[in-house]
Amino acid sequence: MNDATTTALSPETVLQHMKQNGVTDVVWLPDSETNWLYMLMQAEPSLRLIGVTREGHACSIAAGLHAGGRKPLILIQNTGMMESGDSIRGWLLGMNVPVVLMVGYRGWTRHGVNADTAATYTERFLMAFGINYYLVESDADASRITVAFEEAARTQRPVVVLVGDEYHGFNR
Amino acid sequence: MMHTAELLQAFAAHRGDAIVVPGRGGRHWVKLTAHETLDVPLGDPAMGGHAGFALGLAIAQPNRRVVLFDSEGDILMSLGMLATIAEQAPPNFYHFLLDNECYATTGGQPVPNASNVAYDTVARGAGYPRAFAFTELTDFTTNLPGILAQPGPVFVALKVLPEVENEPIGRRSRWNTRSRDKVVQDLRGELGLPSLASKSAL
Repeated sequence: MNDATTTALSPETVLQHMKQNGVTDVVWLPDSETNWLYMLMQAEPSLRLIGVTREGHACSIAAGLHAGGRKPLILIQNTGMMESGDSIRGWLLGMNVPVVLMVGYRGWTRHGVNADTAATYTERFLMAFGINYYLVESDADASRITVAFEEAARTQRPVVVLVGDEYHGFNR
Repeated sequence: MMHTAELLQAFAAHRGDAIVVPGRGGRHWVKLTAHETLDVPLGDPAMGGHAGFALGLAIAQPNRRVVLFDSEGDILMSLGMLATIAEQAPPNFYHFLLDNECYATTGGQPVPNASNVAYDTVARGAGYPRAFAFTELTDFTTNLPGILAQPGPVFVALKVLPEVENEPIGRRSRWNTRSRDKVVQDLRGELGLPSLASKSAL
């Protein structure tokens, strides 16, 4: 949850960036940041939704989709991202998969005082893996989503978008 | 129990133009294949992921049969993947499981409940419409053409003899003749997809 309640990150904006960047498949596991986005994605005929039961599965699926010519996006929560460490290493970094991971930033606060260790370790985890990331809290930040897609394509590496908007626009 | 090399040899005659992800059968498959650029021998990028990778390929290439030789150690790590595959239900996906009842690459320690897991039943319970199990090569080879004639997703559990490795990993002979980058580039070239910028694996 962020502290900037005046504006929210709308699911429509996120979906627009997905379409703008040619996403074909969303490999995902539900989290509390993305319920409204899920409903919009379901209604979007250009997207295939691939639900997983553990976030690490999303990495190998994305690697296969990419090898076969598709453009996947991974949509998970920070807790699941941390669970997925070895799959991120082997299937995304090891296979040079230029995928964007939109990661719900559970526990995020702007002031840094949080009561959730999921937030405490999120950015440290990404730094340890050498994965670049962008924080998106509101529609005003949404252009960073496209920046992440462009960087992934340029570097042939995964790039993370941290979604710091729990219980706002995504969960009306 | 079957020898992995023998069952792969039996499969090779029916491979056609399928994409083959040989998984832990890779060391044998690289010697048997007649269409290397449609093979995706990746070694072991991260345990438990071969089924997901092959699912992604099957979705991406719906007009091409995708054949995976998974292992029971891998699938036990990712049982939920069976539900994902069953839900996506790619009709071009053929999921073979090499079940040697142990972790052969770490010395042959048994997997949990090694002899008592009915993987075909697990797959059917997860939603695969068709699942089979074979312990003898003659049964497998007799039924293989009929299995491959059915739409996927199909699951086939195969009991195989363990090929245990006790050498330290650094001293083992490497069977892969191509890097992972080269494997993917070759496949994409064969499929008419654009080439990717090459990078070294981390």
